Amino acid sequence: MPLLFLLLFYFFPLISILRESFARAGTDFTAPFRTIFNSSGFRKVLGFTFYQATLSTLLTLCIGLPAAYLVARYRFRGKKLLMSLTAIPFVLPTVVVAAAFNALLGPSGWINYALMTIFDLSSPPIRVINSMGAILLAHIFYNTTIVLRMVGDYWSHIDPRVSQAAYTLGANKWQTLREVVLPLLTPSISAAALLVFIFNFTSFGVILILGGPRFATIEVEIYNQTIGLFNLPIAATLSVIQLLCTLGFTILYTQISRRVTRPLNLRPVKYTQKHLTTWKSRIFAGLIVTFLSILFIAPIFALAVRSFISFTPIRQGRTSSEITVTTAYYRELAINRRDSLFFVPPINAISVSLGYAAITVLLAIALGLPAAWYLARGTNRTISNILDPLIMLPLGTSAVTLGLGFIIALGKPPLNLRASPLLIPLAHTLVAFPFVVRSLVPSIQSIKPRIRQAAVVLGASPLDVFRRVDLPLVGRALIVAATFAFTISMGEFGATALIARPEYPTLPLMIYRLISQPGSLNYGQAMALSTILMLITTLGMLTIERFRIAEIGEF
Amino acid sequence: MFNRLLFLFLMLSITLPACRPVDRESTRQLKVITHDSFAISEEVITQFEEQYGAEVQFIKAGDTGTALNKVILSKESPFGDVFYGVDNTFLSRALAEGIYEPYDSPLLSAIPEEFKLDAQNRALPVDFGDVCPNYDKAFFRTAGIKPPESLEDLLTPEYRGLLVVQNPATSSPGLAFMLTTIGRFGEDGYLDYWQRLVENDMLVVNDWESAYYNEFSVHGGTYPIVISYGSSPPAEVIFSDVEIAEPPSSVLVEDESCFRQIEFIGILQGSHKRDLAENFIDYVLSPTFQEAMPMQMFVFPVNQETQLPEQFAKFASIADSTAKVDPEAIAEKREIWLQDWTETVLR
Repeated sequence: MPLLFLLLFYFFPLISILRESFARAGTDFTAPFRTIFNSSGFRKVLGFTFYQATLSTLLTLCIGLPAAYLVARYRFRGKKLLMSLTAIPFVLPTVVVAAAFNALLGPSGWINYALMTIFDLSSPPIRVINSMGAILLAHIFYNTTIVLRMVGDYWSHIDPRVSQAAYTLGANKWQTLREVVLPLLTPSISAAALLVFIFNFTSFGVILILGGPRFATIEVEIYNQTIGLFNLPIAATLSVIQLLCTLGFTILYTQISRRVTRPLNLRPVKYTQKHLTTWKSRIFAGLIVTFLSILFIAPIFALAVRSFISFTPIRQGRTSSEITVTTAYYRELAINRRDSLFFVPPINAISVSLGYAAITVLLAIALGLPAAWYLARGTNRTISNILDPLIMLPLGTSAVTLGLGFIIALGKPPLNLRASPLLIPLAHTLVAFPFVVRSLVPSIQSIKPRIRQAAVVLGASPLDVFRRVDLPLVGRALIVAATFAFTISMGEFGATALIARPEYPTLPLMIYRLISQPGSLNYGQAMALSTILMLITTLGMLTIERFRIAEIGEF
Repeated sequence: MFNRLLFLFLMLSITLPACRPVDRESTRQLKVITHDSFAISEEVITQFEEQYGAEVQFIKAGDTGTALNKVILSKESPFGDVFYGVDNTFLSRALAEGIYEPYDSPLLSAIPEEFKLDAQNRALPVDFGDVCPNYDKAFFRTAGIKPPESLEDLLTPEYRGLLVVQNPATSSPGLAFMLTTIGRFGEDGYLDYWQRLVENDMLVVNDWESAYYNEFSVHGGTYPIVISYGSSPPAEVIFSDVEIAEPPSSVLVEDESCFRQIEFIGILQGSHKRDLAENFIDYVLSPTFQEAMPMQMFVFPVNQETQLPEQFAKFASIADSTAKVDPEAIAEKREIWLQDWTETVLR
């Protein structure tokens, strides 16, 4: 079934567009490949794509892993909120993230303003927008949550007695970390790193808006070639190169994780987590929380504050602008001032977004669970070796290319979905699917076959085994997977914008509509709607967290 | 269990759209494909629907370039009857791909010749807007510098570090401004102009949003001159959060410093609703629709018999003479121009 879904909604459109594109190149299929590898400009783009993705992924791991340790091993107040806050960037459109960074780090942002006042400078000392720094910062901002969730969750169920045993045997802290903890964590670390890497590798909005005109990834180049120059053969070739790279990384990952994965004794968090009792652990927790707060909460907070503030422009006789607190932007959202045909009250957009997100969660889990099960437990190694990398492909596919593929392939009966609102959750599911599978596989693999065998011996039916053994053991991972699917759907922009019916806009789409028009009221409304999006997403995630499927019991 | 549920869902997803009443193929339903920035009032569309007993469904297919690509790629089985929104920078691509059927609308007589770029009337002009440098009035007042009066002014030391522009490869106003300089200084002279802009500390960003809301000094940035639209000042008044009597920004329109973007509408090849499509195009070109456009989309009507709304007439600027570049030359040389521009400005 998952395979059928992929065939129908992924491979069919993708192959249609690639065929159509290469048909335009004439008879010589290799010509566009030669053009690309002979051009120094394209080679530079390839090189830069690898370079920025590697650097961003390493930095994200550096920040994500200590934070994952904290949430895995300690219990403290506000942990769930902290986890939810770090996931918020995931749903924010890049224009809004750019606005948030700008409010903090821009030429007239708070930090520059403070530095200029303190050191009495005449020009802003920090210039982040349009730099490599902005790209790295944004990638960390977006992706830390992947590491935090995937590794943090897995880590929280690893038996701390393993490390304690190592200490008893005379190993010091670093030896234990290197020889015991890291090897046990490798499946989840490499799964998270793979996802982060592919996300960075195909980065589009961040590079375009925050990186500025001097940087381009393959994905940005595909967009330029398709939309600006309508050079479909070159665009298709670049898409193929990007896909092959994704395939390569995934195969590499599969090799690594096959070698290191072993069944574990998963323990409920009740036994693995402790309170922050020692001073050392408190300082550690304090440092991590402070750091995450600066990285995540400050920009989010800046956005929320901006949605309540109005800058009065400088008028005759005044030298500086006035700042007033207002709720005007929120009130304006509900007014159709110009009798616009496409006006949608925010409450409707919220329900549309939530509706799509709910369908995406159900669909992604329904498809992802059997797929993950097969990958983790399947007896036929050859099939799962082929299937595994295929599942990751949607993430590495250019959104521009796939969007055009949908238009070509899904336009004829019986699959006439081009203008159907259902296409949106389907597209979201395609993006969420790899996340769901990657979150579930490490947990399923770690279930000891002995436990299931014991259950069978004791007379449990296969359904009983699933319900009473498997489900409790993967329960947490299922929550993680659902959260990913939910946030992906809430924030997805590229695919949604492709075939939108203006009557059913999602929140990110409406934000973009507002911010692309001049006028302080439009900008303010975009900020207000972004704040609403952040709030709804946080509430949604906290609700998903409450869904206790089952907790790992004592075996 | 999962499989059965999923199968059910997939089946539903395939069959449901076919039986939903909104999507039923009625003879009186017209599908209009357009870009994301399209807007119109409910009243104007209802009037058309009542007059012709028809229903108009709008499909937004992305930005102008994306929407056009989709129409081209689906021309074998079009997903709409009318396509609104190709502009003169994309016109040649649309015509070369043969997406439109010709239509000699009777309303064309009310439209000046300068807008009619397709002699066969496959693409009919529907609205226009100028892309020009906008400047922050308060900045120049307080700094005691006179606002720029020509593109050459931007090269002088007085205007050093004051201009922010968009990358023509990624932004439509950016492309329009590059074309302005090509029209104004010629293919041989525009790179030299850009070289000198770079030396005068111009900033380049990729998108209009960053330029206008993050870098332009009216919205808290540090650059008092930005590339935007001739209609941005009235939009600043209409969309101001506090009531203001006049816009904080103004436009440099003198001396061919603007590029005129003209948008077109046309009937798609293969539409089965030719009559209704003709009625719709006539309606869009009539004063009723044309008068509603400025306040909805911040563009100017092409129909000469149309009155401009008051705030528009007062604050919007229409350039007397704009920089001219032939649409065919744009299609043919776009790639080379962009490459040369990138070499000169970004390297």
